[in-house]
Amino acid sequence: MNTAENHNVGKTVSANPDQILNADEEYLTIRKVSKQFGDFTAVNSVDLTIKKGEIFALLGASGCGKSTLLRMLAGFETPTSGDIILQGERINDHEPFERPINMMFQSYALFPHMTVEQNLAFGLKQDKLDKSQIAEKVTNMLNLVQMQHLRKRRPHQLSGGQQQRVALARSLIKSPKLLLLDEPMGALDKKLRARMQLEIANIIDSLGVTCVMVTHDQEEAMTMADRIAIMDAGEICQVGTPSEIYEQPNSQFTAEFIGSVNILKGAVKDDEPSYVTITSDDCETEIYIGHGITCFVGQEVAVALRPEKISISKTKPDQQYNCISGVVKDIAYFGSHSVYHVRTPSGKTISVTEMNDIRWAGDRLTWDDPVWVYWDDNASVVLTE
Amino acid sequence: MKDFQWRRFKKWWLIFPPYAWLILFFAVPFLIILKISFSEAAIAQPPYTAIFEYANEKLVINLNFGNYLWLFTDTLYLNAYLSSLKIAAISTTLCLAIGYPIAYGIARMQGSIQNLCLMLIILPSWTSFLIRIYAWMGILRNNGIINNVLISLGFVDEPIRLLNTEFAVYIGIVYTYLPFMVLPLYANLVKLDSRLLEASADLGAGPIRSFFSITLPLSRGGIIAGSMLVFIPAVGEFVIPELLGGAEILMIGKVLWGEFFGNRDWPVASAVATIMLLLLLIPIALFHRYQFRELEEKS
Amino acid sequence: MANVSKFTKIVLGFGFFFLYAPMLVLIIYSFNSSERVNIWADFSFKWYVELFRDDAIMSAVWVSLKLAFFSASAAVILGTLAALVLARAGKFTGKTVFGSLVTAPLVMPEVITGLSLLLLFVAMVNSFGWPQERGFLTIWIAHVTFCMAYVTVVVSSRLAEMDRSLEEAAMDLGANKIKTFIFITLPIILPALVSGWLLAFTLSLDDLVIASFVSGPSSTTLPMIVFSSVRLGLSPKINALATIMILTVLTAAFAAYYISSREERTRRQGELINED
Repeated sequence: MNTAENHNVGKTVSANPDQILNADEEYLTIRKVSKQFGDFTAVNSVDLTIKKGEIFALLGASGCGKSTLLRMLAGFETPTSGDIILQGERINDHEPFERPINMMFQSYALFPHMTVEQNLAFGLKQDKLDKSQIAEKVTNMLNLVQMQHLRKRRPHQLSGGQQQRVALARSLIKSPKLLLLDEPMGALDKKLRARMQLEIANIIDSLGVTCVMVTHDQEEAMTMADRIAIMDAGEICQVGTPSEIYEQPNSQFTAEFIGSVNILKGAVKDDEPSYVTITSDDCETEIYIGHGITCFVGQEVAVALRPEKISISKTKPDQQYNCISGVVKDIAYFGSHSVYHVRTPSGKTISVTEMNDIRWAGDRLTWDDPVWVYWDDNASVVLTE
Repeated sequence: MKDFQWRRFKKWWLIFPPYAWLILFFAVPFLIILKISFSEAAIAQPPYTAIFEYANEKLVINLNFGNYLWLFTDTLYLNAYLSSLKIAAISTTLCLAIGYPIAYGIARMQGSIQNLCLMLIILPSWTSFLIRIYAWMGILRNNGIINNVLISLGFVDEPIRLLNTEFAVYIGIVYTYLPFMVLPLYANLVKLDSRLLEASADLGAGPIRSFFSITLPLSRGGIIAGSMLVFIPAVGEFVIPELLGGAEILMIGKVLWGEFFGNRDWPVASAVATIMLLLLLIPIALFHRYQFRELEEKS
Repeated sequence: MANVSKFTKIVLGFGFFFLYAPMLVLIIYSFNSSERVNIWADFSFKWYVELFRDDAIMSAVWVSLKLAFFSASAAVILGTLAALVLARAGKFTGKTVFGSLVTAPLVMPEVITGLSLLLLFVAMVNSFGWPQERGFLTIWIAHVTFCMAYVTVVVSSRLAEMDRSLEEAAMDLGANKIKTFIFITLPIILPALVSGWLLAFTLSLDDLVIASFVSGPSSTTLPMIVFSSVRLGLSPKINALATIMILTVLTAAFAAYYISSREERTRRQGELINED
């Protein structure tokens, strides 16, 4: 397969050329980078710019090419085409050991035959620093990750969380220009994850290191990252802050990938500067969007609705638009909230999240209750693709 | 570009020494065996005639098929091949029958006992093979331990012949090659997920049914590897039939040794080796496929 | 031991008896003072004294030990290179051929390997006059060739188990390929190199058939001496020699086992303290 044939496939996001970018805005530039393994295109003409000091997450399902992209940044894979530019210097052909980039591996890759402090000192020794300097840096770093007391231990004598701290310390000790995290929480159990996510993000922020991480866990990406790129089939689908990606998905794929969403298909009926109405087979009333969008009358669109932005009630709401009748088919109780699955006359199932903010509410909905679901003018997002 | 070539050179450099060594000292010798099997024995140094002769601007190739014809006309060789295959096959089956339960038992053990048992299985093969065969000579002799015990207990009046029989050869082969059967079987069985057996029991299969429909099929790779590790060298075995089998037990390894050291007929010895190699080609290919798959799976 | 059935225990017991009883008999009879090896007379070290007085055996022991040392060392170097090629070089033309060449000596009947190497040496002498005399050098070449196969198998299975990201991590931290190999890969595969070396050493020490083909009149190895005296019947001196060999291996093996299981235990204890 020739990459030149596919260069315009997908929704690549590139830097706006009109914008005046200073060096910090274009700290790391990935320009039209592709990677092929035989006939398989793992990464397809990816463009990204990463700002100085930010934590940037590549989020996607396994096999979407995010790890390959990360390995190209580290130097373990060479791009088939395109450029990787760090602070104005093209580093495509630099060997991994020549790059000012360090990586924390998913398996941590702590050297089993070395103690914690030897692991930390390994990278510094390669730079031929003198002993006192190495000792000082190691001590500082161990203090930062609170591992000073275990410095003589071997990796297999440490718990998962402790190993992770050592791995992080080892990847930070050379003050890299770029830190790479490969599935940083992949090897930890769920409870420890929540704690370590914040802890690691804080350490990275406090040092001001620019960081690119790879994860398949959206919660992890949203907690830790300043910006997220959603990847699918080797391409970038959307780049934005966590809230941009959640609230303003640009495609059905992103909307469905992040969180859960209800999709209503329909056609544009009125297209006014201040509002848009849409007719849908799935919705008895018209769908009313409280702001203008770029579309034309009759265009087929999809309306994305997050479950928590929908209300549910036994009585018909007092609104002309944005409501559907239905029957409760399923209730998933999560403690803090419940998710109701409502079957509509058209046969569609709509998920609605309700906070359980009242204890032992008497008139709680139950199975087979006839209900109405409804939402605000600004609750939904129109996806034109 | 320069960098690219340097990288290729470095890789090539790594491959070169072992590759060159194996081609020169392992692959090329087989071609020479093949070549010499087509020449004639001669009283000379070295004791065979040349195949290629170049004189008077003529290249003369003297291919002599006599050695192969000889192998097929004299029934001694045919019988030796057949008897080698038979003895190797029976010994392999015996090894499998004894080795499988041992490997299975060790694979189901825990921690340090497992390591200890494994070591006890391997340990004998670290001591001299010749010495261990020699030990059996002392046990199986007419005035050896077994006969002494049998006579003193009154089971027999005069010693039964144990040494210099086919039975002794089987004992020798099984004794020597048992660890080579147990190790690949163990390596295979230890990977077997015990939950599969639990699932099978949960679905109503008894232990015997579970063994034949779950454990046995999944350990096929280990069975093939172990069997080939026993069968192939056993076919060409020399020391065991020589020391334990006596003059009457015919095996092709002994015949080859005799042709070479006794008759000094190098061309016939080469022909014997060539045919043996052809017979073993399929078992060797089987072994390689397994060995390669193992390596690929791991990496 | 809970899920080991009675049947497997019996089979194991029988198996171990079958493996060790013959050796035990040898050891016991090596202390027998009687010339007739099957009749027990007195406990004595007589045969050990005679063994050490036998110059032919003693010089063969020395030849065999030297041979085993040099064969094992060369086999470890070549075998490790071969294992690295198989495990790390990716796909290259002739990889399957290479793989077959590496593992074929594992199963090749010894008579074939021996004969083929001898014919090679003869052909080499005829075409370019080297090696002039068969002996130590030719046996060494033969032993390296078949020992290398065992080393390759042992080392490549260790390499395959090793986490590749350890090497990547070292390079990521600034170590070039050679330093990565010396400081990371080598220490991690070292146990495999040691056991490969020991295996090659014992294989070389043990070989009779191949050495018989490729040796010359000047060099006689220990197995060749043992074989020729055993062929004539039982010999009490060989019993003594066998006892020394068996006890050496047993002691070494149990020492290694004890050390490794003690390390294992301290490691486990270390892990226990650190559950969080």
